Amino acid sequence: MAMQHTLTTERAWVRYALTTLALLFLLVFLLVPLVSVFWEALAKGWDLYADALVEYEAWQAIKLTLIAAAIAVPLNLVFGVAAAWAIARFEFRGKSLLTTLIDLPFSVSPVVAGLMYILLFGSHGWLGGWLSEHNIQIIFAIPGIVLATVFVTFPFVARELIPLMQAQGQDEEQAAIVLGASGFAAFWHVTLPNIKWGLLYGVILTNARAMGEFGAVSVVSGHIRGETNTIPLHVEILYNEYNFVGAFACASILALLALVTLAVKTLVEWRMERQHEASLVRTQQAREALV
Amino acid sequence: MTFLAKRYSVLPGFGLSLGYAIFWLGLIVLLPLTALILTSSQLGLPLFWETVSAPRVVASLQLSFGTAALAALINCVMGFLVAWVLVRYRFPGKRFVDALVDLPFALPTAVAGIALTTIYAPNGWLGQYLEPWGLKVAFTPTGIVIALIFVSLPFVVRTVQPVLEDLEGELEEAATCLGAGRWQIFRRVIFPAVLPALMTGTAMAFARATGEFGSVIFIAGNIPLVSEIAPLIIISKLEQFDFLGATAVAVVMLMLSFSVLFAINLLQWWTSRRHGMK
Amino acid sequence: MSIEIRNIEKRFGNFTALDKVSLKVESGELLALLGPSGCGKTTLLRIIAGLEKPDAGQVLFSGADSTHTHVAERQVGFVFQHYALFRHMTVFDNVAFGLSVRPRKLRPSREEIRERVMKLLKMVQLDWLADAYPAQLSGGQRQRIALARSLAVEPSVLLLDEPFGALDAKVRKDLRRWLRDLHHEMHITSVFVTHDQEEALEVSDRVVVMDHGHIEQIGRPDDIYENPATPFVTRFLGDVNLFHGRVDGGHFTHGDFAHALEAGTVGGDQAVAYVRPHDLDISRVAQGALAAGSVEHIHAVGPLVRIEVVPDSGEAIEVALTKERYRELGLMLGDKVFVAPKKLSVFVGAQDYAI
Repeated sequence: MAMQHTLTTERAWVRYALTTLALLFLLVFLLVPLVSVFWEALAKGWDLYADALVEYEAWQAIKLTLIAAAIAVPLNLVFGVAAAWAIARFEFRGKSLLTTLIDLPFSVSPVVAGLMYILLFGSHGWLGGWLSEHNIQIIFAIPGIVLATVFVTFPFVARELIPLMQAQGQDEEQAAIVLGASGFAAFWHVTLPNIKWGLLYGVILTNARAMGEFGAVSVVSGHIRGETNTIPLHVEILYNEYNFVGAFACASILALLALVTLAVKTLVEWRMERQHEASLVRTQQAREALV
Repeated sequence: MTFLAKRYSVLPGFGLSLGYAIFWLGLIVLLPLTALILTSSQLGLPLFWETVSAPRVVASLQLSFGTAALAALINCVMGFLVAWVLVRYRFPGKRFVDALVDLPFALPTAVAGIALTTIYAPNGWLGQYLEPWGLKVAFTPTGIVIALIFVSLPFVVRTVQPVLEDLEGELEEAATCLGAGRWQIFRRVIFPAVLPALMTGTAMAFARATGEFGSVIFIAGNIPLVSEIAPLIIISKLEQFDFLGATAVAVVMLMLSFSVLFAINLLQWWTSRRHGMK
Repeated sequence: MSIEIRNIEKRFGNFTALDKVSLKVESGELLALLGPSGCGKTTLLRIIAGLEKPDAGQVLFSGADSTHTHVAERQVGFVFQHYALFRHMTVFDNVAFGLSVRPRKLRPSREEIRERVMKLLKMVQLDWLADAYPAQLSGGQRQRIALARSLAVEPSVLLLDEPFGALDAKVRKDLRRWLRDLHHEMHITSVFVTHDQEEALEVSDRVVVMDHGHIEQIGRPDDIYENPATPFVTRFLGDVNLFHGRVDGGHFTHGDFAHALEAGTVGGDQAVAYVRPHDLDISRVAQGALAAGSVEHIHAVGPLVRIEVVPDSGEAIEVALTKERYRELGLMLGDKVFVAPKKLSVFVGAQDYAI
């Protein structure tokens, strides 16, 4: 039943004042920067904007960004599902340690993350000698960029799935096993449909961060124009050369990506809410049928 | 892997999933971390101390953690306010505003960096109004704080929001029946219930802000001893092939942010124990 | 303090929760609001408390119009269905809350608060849990703390929303008796909401049966049970067998059978007779019977023997016999028997009321 909480709210002027203050804060800190990206990109007209985007180096940067994300996102997706399956479905020693370690990359500065890979794979690094003997280049090349990207986006999928799967419990999977399903069939037909929205949510967050990562990639990439520059790095180079239209034009692609991410995210949240409400209604009906 | 299992389960895939998770964790996180620790151990304590106590390094660490603390504090207040308004009040465009809060998660930091720099430059959209007041934002520590507020803004909002939403309306009704006024209800019923989430969100915002690089380097101006952040020190040491020096600074940063993480966990453990939950 | 409700109306959008409800609660009375979910009983309770504003009508406390008095000034104690205990406060602080939020001038001293809280905790037999947090308590303990908290401000009216709804059967029974005794001691005007007819009939001085925003019947528990005023009340208060028929010439006719009624029953074509299982008897002769059928099921565990008689056409009839009567009849499965009411409620012109 719809309950109105007219009693438990503040006076009208307090509500208006607080709302205005919050919206002003968001306007200045979020909306203005977002709008300014597109504004600056188009400041000298559409022609210059288009020119900046069709430039060879810009294209190479876009390509590299897409490749890095296309490798890093699936890798973390598989890891996230495996980790969530182990943590949410089984009791084992060292579980909380594992959970903590999965969160670890969140509290490591991206620059430090890049440094760690240089110390490991760089020419002076621990594995550098062996790698150069076998003619494998990781640092200042695509593998390094992918590794750095994987590191900074490491926890996203797992963090999204673990609480979701824990909340759902394992009754349904057990029922599937009892009915004779193989482990894989139980996962494919029971687990996956239940977690698909959470999974998608994790993937879009991972993707947004993967395409936009700056610090870690900056350290391992070597900034070779047209070769190891991702879009964010290209933005930096153009900006430092005072090519503001070019910098903001590339930035506007990333800002568009951010807007798409937000839109998809909102949609997914809405779907998850509906799924949740539907299950609540079902439980409620079941309960009322019992009374 | 089965030797780790505490309880039998009919579900398969324990060994495979746990094995893979540990393998990947080892490769991506633990191996590089070990490389960092091994490198720093080559340094020796005196050299380590000499590196991290250099005035430029100390200043940068102070700057990174100081500005991060200030930004986290501001977000603690404003983030709570935003969460409150989003949960409690109705206004046009609420869905849009709610989605917009996540912008800092979705917008690459470098983009945020150049956008904020342009806005707060002396001739920028907002900078031109601040200039006459003698307020310089871009290329000063103030600018760093602004950038850090941007990147860590969603943490407080997104941790506090669900707690506020789940707060039973009955609690406030009960308090009202017992004669409490609005302010008393906020102070004694709502705020204590939200406090653990608020502290967690603030700590997460702080942790994120300490290591931030992309959005800050554009707006900071990077003047040594004034507006040079710790990650930048690491990069400049790397560019001079001073791997050991870079490692020393990195280790200090790691230790500081891990202690924050540890403090969060301790805090959560303490509050949940105090309220007798599990 | 007495409470009077006059013509209260309340709508939520298109849904009418209360439709011109009037009611008087006597001072010191323990009144139950009984009805199925969605009947408006909780809304009525919340309007009495001042947690909800009626669209029309008045609420009077001791004869004074209090419709627009703020909750905090009504001096009501309200116990919520899910207790609404403050989880970050100890049991002691929960109970002390109402006293400690008073303006400084009216606030009792620390020692006084302590004394009053401990007295209340002793009364609900939970003084040993003063320093525990709500999460550490069982459901029944939480319920009693919620009650103690609402009593701490010395309310002149106590309102309870489904006070035992969330508890398991055993605890529920104990608490019911305990609430009854407590009310005897304190004699505070109390209203509680429930959907459990057994609870309402056992605990309260008077019961108000509600459905679809209307009051169906008000009366003492035994009166309501023995003389239900409407088909709804009859069905809601317990298991019942249903016989369709008509009334004429002082008889209720159902198929081939006719049963003599008390004098003065108005005649009519559309009539329904309700008979509770224990008001039915089984006999080998047709006299006074309402139906005939064969014994299909005998369930003989417990003080009463439950027998299912299935007529040639129509639904199964449930009869409850005492052990003695059952032995006396010597019933066997498949026996052809007659079913005769010892007592029945006939409603003329009424449609069957499905719940």
